[in-house]
Amino acid sequence: MSRRAAVLAIGLVLLALVPPVAAAIGQPFYVDVFRRVMIFAIAAISLDLILGYGGMVSFGHAAYLGIGAYAVGIPAFYGIHNGWLQWTIAIVVSAAVALLIGAVSLRTSGVYFIMITLAFAQMLYYLGNSVEEYGGDDGMRLAARSALGVVDLRNGTTFYYVVLALLVLSLAVGHRLINSRFGMVVRGVRSNEPRMRAIGFSTFRYKLVAFMVAGAMCGLAGALLVNHTEYVTPEFMHWTRSGDIMFMVILGGMGTLGGPVLGAVVLRLLEDLILPAWTQHWQAILGPFLVLIVLFAKRGLVGLLPERRDG
Amino acid sequence: MGDVLLEVRGLTKSFGGLIATNRVDLQILEGESHAIIGPNGAGKTTLIAQLAGDLRPDAGTIAFAGGDITALTAPARSRRGLARSFQITSVFRDFTALDNVALAVQAHAGHSFRFWRPARRDGTLRQPAAAVLESVGLGARAGVLAANLAHGEQRQLEIAMVLATRPRLLLLDEPMAGMGLEESQRMIDLLRTLKGSHTLLLVEHDMDAVFALADRISVMVYGRIIASGPPEEIRANAEVREAYLGEDAR
Repeated sequence: MSRRAAVLAIGLVLLALVPPVAAAIGQPFYVDVFRRVMIFAIAAISLDLILGYGGMVSFGHAAYLGIGAYAVGIPAFYGIHNGWLQWTIAIVVSAAVALLIGAVSLRTSGVYFIMITLAFAQMLYYLGNSVEEYGGDDGMRLAARSALGVVDLRNGTTFYYVVLALLVLSLAVGHRLINSRFGMVVRGVRSNEPRMRAIGFSTFRYKLVAFMVAGAMCGLAGALLVNHTEYVTPEFMHWTRSGDIMFMVILGGMGTLGGPVLGAVVLRLLEDLILPAWTQHWQAILGPFLVLIVLFAKRGLVGLLPERRDG
Repeated sequence: MGDVLLEVRGLTKSFGGLIATNRVDLQILEGESHAIIGPNGAGKTTLIAQLAGDLRPDAGTIAFAGGDITALTAPARSRRGLARSFQITSVFRDFTALDNVALAVQAHAGHSFRFWRPARRDGTLRQPAAAVLESVGLGARAGVLAANLAHGEQRQLEIAMVLATRPRLLLLDEPMAGMGLEESQRMIDLLRTLKGSHTLLLVEHDMDAVFALADRISVMVYGRIIASGPPEEIRANAEVREAYLGEDAR
């Protein structure tokens, strides 16, 4: 096992220990905190599949977070609480929307791609704001968490381990994906797309499928997030949220699987816990911190760990 | 030498007022080594780009192996057996040499919507790739990142990637560009091993290389092919000497 994989494994074990430790020290609040961290980690992993591995700088990734959330919230609004159904809808609809957005935006590149993905996400954001039926800009409360048979998400610890299991699953799927033939194509495109085309790859279709897979995975994160907050608002899709997810990836280390997880842990804890407790001007500290990371740790926090050369 | 493999008719491409390719007719025969020479700005690279499918011509047709490929994209042409190398070295810098070639093998091994099995442990990709790498003399450098290879080695790697697609025609855009004497000689030797077993279309400035490798030479000036024939005929052609070789002949 490489050093980074070992660190990631240790990190996951530590995450598994959060509920008992939180209970022992009488701070159940930490179960909530780290559940939220892990949900964002899944979203960040999904973005890294296209951003870090595929070189597609999608600035609208929070759109799928919102779609996944509304895919749970809207059925629940009509009294449908079956989690299998809700989560399937979240994944399928996110993939379908990613297909549409990707089919248009992947025809562009560079700044245009960034702007178009951003524009699509903002369109969905305003759509969410305008549909009064589902609360408009106020959003709506989730009547009940998704019902998954014997797995009871109302129990905070159970829900925590469901999220942890899905995080591990996302890492495993991501690992297989990036090392498969498909993954090699996606990484080849990031490295040198004209070369890929010259040796015979019709790159567009591979990029589009990668874009869909990332959207679907983030849709699942959205379904988890709405269960976590028990509330859904169009804010889930706001562009600042897309920026947040992107920063997790960049902070942790693009093009690695552990990076987005680490980025999610660090950024969420800084934003939600550490800095606000210290000063109300915490954003003035966070901003320069992120700038320093981008300038001096170009491969993110994970890049600071020495790694054996890849074979 | 066999049948016509590539047939270009009336190919025209202009950029604004500049006619980069001016009603070019060109025939490449199966098995021949054909060089295109001409002064800078003659439109050689533009021609290659149209043959490879990176640029769409304004007029004219390109037939390859009996089919019209004028409307095909670059990847589709590659899958039909038309492979190109670039004037400016173009490899996957963050992949190893072996990965580079394995990707080229993969591109021609069916679709790549295979999401589960690790590609780097796939013998059907790695073995042919290793063999091709060996054949261009990079066998010992298989595990080195392409970015860490010397310039000449990167050019060799490009040839390996081209060969790994099992092409019927190799479009080589200045394979000796930016090389020192020794590296150039090694590349000439490598290309010589391909001669006969492969059909080559070579754009090159290095006259030693051209006369060492080419069975036929076409001379391009201002977007037009002004002469085409065996090397000794081209050397003797007065118009060619004036347009191009003049500088070298002095």
